[in-house]
Amino acid sequence: MSDAESPTNPTLTPDAQTDDFEAVDVFAESTDMDLRPGADNCYKCTACDVSCPVAEVDDEFPGPKFQGPEQWRLKRKDDAAVDDSIMSCSNCMRCDDACPSGVPLSQMHNTARGEYVDEEMDKLSREYVRNRILANYGTLAQLGSMFPRLTNAVMGNSVVQQINEKVLGITAERDFPEFATQTFREWWNERGGPQVRSEEKRVAYFHGCYSNYNTPEVGKAMVRIFESFGYEVVVPKQRCSGTPMFANGMLDDAKRAAGINVENFSGLIPEGYDIIASCTSCSMSLRQEYPELFDINGIEDLSAHTYEALEYLRIHEDLESEIREASVSDQSFAYHAPCHGRNQGLDRQAVELFRELDGVNIEDVGDSCSGISGTYGWKEEKYDKSMQIGSDMFDHMEHAEGNVGMTECPTCSMQMEHGTGYDIKHPLQLLEEALV
Amino acid sequence: MAITDDVLVVGGGIAACTAALSAAETGARVRLLAHKKSTLRQASGLVDVLGYIGDGGPSADPFDALDSLPADHPYHVVGEDGIRDGLRIFDEAVGDTYRGGHTDTNALVVTYGGTVKPTARYPASVATGLASSTGDMLLVGFEGLTDFDAPVAADHLTASGVPFDVRGVTVRYPKSFRSDAKVTRFAKALDRDESVSGGTVRSVLADTVAAEMDGQTRVGFPAILGDDHDEEVRDELADRLGVPVFEVPTGPPSLLGLKLEDMLFDALDDAGVRISSGNPAVDFEANDGRIDTVLVDQKSRLTPYEADQIVLATGGLVGKGLDSDREQVTEPVFGCHVPHPEDRYEWSDPEAFGDHAFARFGVVPDDELRPTGEDGEPHFENLRAAGGVVGGADVAREKSASGVSLATGAVAGRLAGEEATQ
Repeated sequence: MSDAESPTNPTLTPDAQTDDFEAVDVFAESTDMDLRPGADNCYKCTACDVSCPVAEVDDEFPGPKFQGPEQWRLKRKDDAAVDDSIMSCSNCMRCDDACPSGVPLSQMHNTARGEYVDEEMDKLSREYVRNRILANYGTLAQLGSMFPRLTNAVMGNSVVQQINEKVLGITAERDFPEFATQTFREWWNERGGPQVRSEEKRVAYFHGCYSNYNTPEVGKAMVRIFESFGYEVVVPKQRCSGTPMFANGMLDDAKRAAGINVENFSGLIPEGYDIIASCTSCSMSLRQEYPELFDINGIEDLSAHTYEALEYLRIHEDLESEIREASVSDQSFAYHAPCHGRNQGLDRQAVELFRELDGVNIEDVGDSCSGISGTYGWKEEKYDKSMQIGSDMFDHMEHAEGNVGMTECPTCSMQMEHGTGYDIKHPLQLLEEALV
Repeated sequence: MAITDDVLVVGGGIAACTAALSAAETGARVRLLAHKKSTLRQASGLVDVLGYIGDGGPSADPFDALDSLPADHPYHVVGEDGIRDGLRIFDEAVGDTYRGGHTDTNALVVTYGGTVKPTARYPASVATGLASSTGDMLLVGFEGLTDFDAPVAADHLTASGVPFDVRGVTVRYPKSFRSDAKVTRFAKALDRDESVSGGTVRSVLADTVAAEMDGQTRVGFPAILGDDHDEEVRDELADRLGVPVFEVPTGPPSLLGLKLEDMLFDALDDAGVRISSGNPAVDFEANDGRIDTVLVDQKSRLTPYEADQIVLATGGLVGKGLDSDREQVTEPVFGCHVPHPEDRYEWSDPEAFGDHAFARFGVVPDDELRPTGEDGEPHFENLRAAGGVVGGADVAREKSASGVSLATGAVAGRLAGEEATQ
């Protein structure tokens, strides 16, 4: 929920204004987003706390109700600093989905976390350096994918992993995702860009970091599917969506990346292009966090024209009939809905669609969080909690009929693979097999 | 193109779930469209049909009392058959995890505040704690779970004249959590029977409570006795204490409400109902008095959902299915007429627990549960309403919220499904 959507004092709505009423801006001197209506909407039912995967396993973590509205109120007093527990929030955003009262919890958390990193965190500390590195995965991946084989060999070396843990605090338990030998953009340029031209059906692909550097097969599937439906696909220059930056309170980094993305994508909208993401955290970021956190010209427009790939086809094409008429070789999947997909209302679409696909058995492995939450599960001190949060999902995966996992989220897929040893596919890969 | 179904149920609570299940029984393709996580997590988990009429005492049999309800009460639209149908759908969805289906008579369930609530269906874990059965009672509360003050609840029950002795004690939970800990932590520790000094959570808790017992023949705890393994937890505690153990339903966040939510959503899955949750329905497109499309606000962008029949089950004032400002009361999705006094000071009674007009605000149904305009004609031929958004019932005073939701949900869902599949 953005401020624009959250219920505000009804007397402030234009249609209810009377002549004798004057709205007073309580914090006229402030240039920040006014989160007061959000805090005022909280009636302390604690539904958010019950939905919080971190609070469930971390007794030290006070939970979203404190991190959001309560901390916001405490901060009205000048001598209260943001509590360091804000860094334990994994930014899964489940609290947004649980709140019956429209409190913009994740926006409050992101804002508080940014303030904490700015004002309280030692910029020379190991934690800050480590978080900065994790938050800027896209930059690292760009370097790493220049020499993919070498990087994969070095990062997969257990000595290097130990050093990462001891020096940086990046867990040695996890294997670094392998870089593809050819990035998605290299493939895109090699094929000469769009193979289909259309005046009516146009989409711009936001591939994010992971589809570009690690799983170009997902990006290729997106392109081939959309082209098979007659869409002209373009791939503008882009930076990270900002998701790992929000989660680490690096709002300046996120704003820089957002500025570049808005600049490169928003100009396409008047030409009839919609923006498609294949990663649910990327689409979440463009749709919700961008307009909530940044005031950049064109950012609302970008937000309103961003879709997740499958969602777009469900709305604009008769995807269900296409799938019903298709068939693939027999296969079974254990599907996990990422928290950020859940918050966009996309948590059931893959299962709903692929149930109709001949040859496919697909099972939802429950509504728990995978526990990795982007960079959270990569932190040495968070690793055990991350695995504890994921234990429900691992259980359900083990009991599912299929032994191939499926999810839209890159880091959820790392966690699924890490916890079960299953191969993980993206829904677009199965859709490509069915339709192209 | 749009996402297309036969019946679209807008809402995510007990009325919406019932309407979707009822519509699915007709063979229609049904989708539930819920804005948020279901508000059932705020609910006690008790299912009442009719507890009180006017200012009288509790009703023994809700069906005997129907005739005494005001003429515009939704129960008069759906009739006794509608109520029974709603209960049938509920009973089939929850199976043997609930009790009360063996009789029409209300059970008297002990609440968190030490009152007694006339209830039609109640979780099995509550069954041995009914105020209508005899046997002295020990209520146990925990330090750190401040919502339930067992000694106060016991005094309240005693003052209300229950035919048995009640004593309340506050004890330490075997495992210490941070202050303001989540109820799920208490439940999970019992589920997993975690090790604590002196044994495990279950054994130490039983020892603690045994030391407080003084001839009571049943022991009540706040409803945190386990989550996935609740029955096992209750059985072990009862076994160790030598007397039956029961749960007292809690306020939010309510584990009994969460479990009910899970069961209803599992039933929806089993019935093949599709579910889209996380975004609010905000607008619609209509032609010739029929709604074609419901528009859902997916992060500031409108997504169309097409359906032949629509059921509005968005809740009342608390559930935000009704909205109000200083001037008027509205139904925000379809703009249905909600009658209310011109003067805002007539919306409520000066007495906190008085006879408030606002409690009965809601859309006015015709005999098919279609919301009507000021002229008494249905707004749209394919829109029906169920649950808290329907006016005419003062569910808090009557103790009829779940029953109204079940009955109107069952009837609105069935009619929508029949229309769509004709």
